[in-house]
Amino acid sequence: MTATAPAEAPAPGGKAPADERLLKTSLLRKLLGRPELGSVVGAAAVFLFFAIVADSFLRASSFGTVLYAASVIGIMAVPVAMLMIGGEFDLSAGVLVTSSALVSSMFSYQMTANIWVGVLVSLLVTLAVGVFNGVMLTRTKLPSFIITLGTFLMLTGLNLGLTKMISGTVSTKTIADMEGFSSAKALFASQVTLGGVNLKVTVLWWLGLVALATWILLRTRAGNWIFAVGGGAEAARAVGVPVNKTRVGLYMGVSLGAWISGQHLLFSFDVVQSGEGVGNELIYIIAAVIGGCLITGGYGSAIGSAVGAFIFGMTSKGIVYAEWDPDWFKFFLGAMLLLATLLNAWVRKRAEATR
Amino acid sequence: MTDQSTTPLVELRDVSKFYGNIKALEGVSLEVHAGGISCVLGDNGAGKSTLIKIIAGLHQHDAGTFSIEGEETRLANPRDALDRGIATVYQDLAVVPLMPVWRNFFLGSEPTRGAGPFKRLDVDLMRRTTRSELLRMGIDLRDVDQPIGTLSGGERQCVAIARAVHFGAKVLVLDEPTAALGVKQSGVVLKYVAAARDAGLGVVLITHNPHHAYLVGDRFVLLKRGAMSGSHARDEISLDDLTREMAGGSELDQLSHELER
Repeated sequence: MTATAPAEAPAPGGKAPADERLLKTSLLRKLLGRPELGSVVGAAAVFLFFAIVADSFLRASSFGTVLYAASVIGIMAVPVAMLMIGGEFDLSAGVLVTSSALVSSMFSYQMTANIWVGVLVSLLVTLAVGVFNGVMLTRTKLPSFIITLGTFLMLTGLNLGLTKMISGTVSTKTIADMEGFSSAKALFASQVTLGGVNLKVTVLWWLGLVALATWILLRTRAGNWIFAVGGGAEAARAVGVPVNKTRVGLYMGVSLGAWISGQHLLFSFDVVQSGEGVGNELIYIIAAVIGGCLITGGYGSAIGSAVGAFIFGMTSKGIVYAEWDPDWFKFFLGAMLLLATLLNAWVRKRAEATR
Repeated sequence: MTDQSTTPLVELRDVSKFYGNIKALEGVSLEVHAGGISCVLGDNGAGKSTLIKIIAGLHQHDAGTFSIEGEETRLANPRDALDRGIATVYQDLAVVPLMPVWRNFFLGSEPTRGAGPFKRLDVDLMRRTTRSELLRMGIDLRDVDQPIGTLSGGERQCVAIARAVHFGAKVLVLDEPTAALGVKQSGVVLKYVAAARDAGLGVVLITHNPHHAYLVGDRFVLLKRGAMSGSHARDEISLDDLTREMAGGSELDQLSHELER
């Protein structure tokens, strides 16, 4: 921007001529400005690393396994990344997946209802938890860290307590022989073979969610509001953005992801362990951060979260293929998080400086 | 440009505001005309922010009258003020730094095309309009895709002003637009304030800098400890008198006496 006088600058009929001060932006430079660049570089490095150290890593069957591991995390990393762009956390996301599966299973079993009734009841209950998180956040104005830590603990207790009360044990009864199980399993936990690679249906759910989230973030009003709420809530409010509704909507998005994940959990194992899911919320957040989401909000992408989840999948399975002790996995994950975050920060600085 | 005979766009008459037993503002009158700049001057704690909050719809006045285009009114909230054509540009919360300029420009009023699930932002129109509207205000941006945080403080103020003009504001309220800026940047912002005036808007310029105010202002209202200590048209007062009056006249004499060596 320069200080040309208003009189010297008549509106050129709405058509923007190319600015001579702008060098033609090269493709490389455009890529440098993308939030997910750091994670793509990281993913390539991890891929190369395991391709060299683990012989079986490059087999087609291994690829299917890696994608499956990535998709299970990725389905949740997408809405968690959107929430993080909107400037908030959800620590209850991990156990909410288990809650969703438990509700679905126990409702169908206890009511001897069609499986699909349980699945729908579970959707409503899971969405209600999201609404609760969002409304608590916007009403009390407490940090989302505290509020969702509360929901996290309450859900952990409810999962164990209610399951024991209703089923008598810490896991649910099998529902595999009930009406509607096979069709629900087809939707949430089936498997297709594509060119010799066994693909779990969760991979399709994952890719679908990434596409949907990218569309919402970049091409809709709601997406514009999500970035604005995370990047400057007061400025957004001042120009009429419905800040609170956007936040509640984001928490409902996390619920939707938890519902899909939960149903997958239920229909692939047919019984649910009520203590599962604790700790996963951090893995979702890690995937989003590796993927370029700013922890302070206002910046990030859904594709980045997918790359983050893919790195997670490659590392967790790659260690197995390399025949190492899987205990090392967490160490790698932590190192990756630090490296990716540093790389992201560096790339963003460079990208902004070269503009 | 200033047409004093018509009804003012915004007129405050003897407006007062109390917070409990504290008089934040008492008996302040202010007129804003289309194509005119009314400056509100005052030191810290003089009641400038209270006045701006009443005009912006954040607070309601407790006494006196507040009329918009001759019609007495009481604004319910900032949205109400925006709908009535009063746009306020606050010093710090004007824009979202990490978002591109064009997304900031249309934030909250994004144009869309298509219907149902295919309803999407009209990105081309948004980029083009941002560029041409900024050009019309004399702001020549290299790239509307750069994060607005990479612009300088003055440039950001200018984008916020251009946005208010584009969305049909009739009255522009500017809260200390030059407070955090250097001399040259301040000049740039003041030029856009003048451009907004030339576009036919009424401007309320809140500042504690009489030099900036005198450069563009048509009328000056001086606030002191919540009360109006002076109200002058431009031809009634010189810059020296304005500065003197603002600094507190006799208090300044006393100060210079005390500091004399």
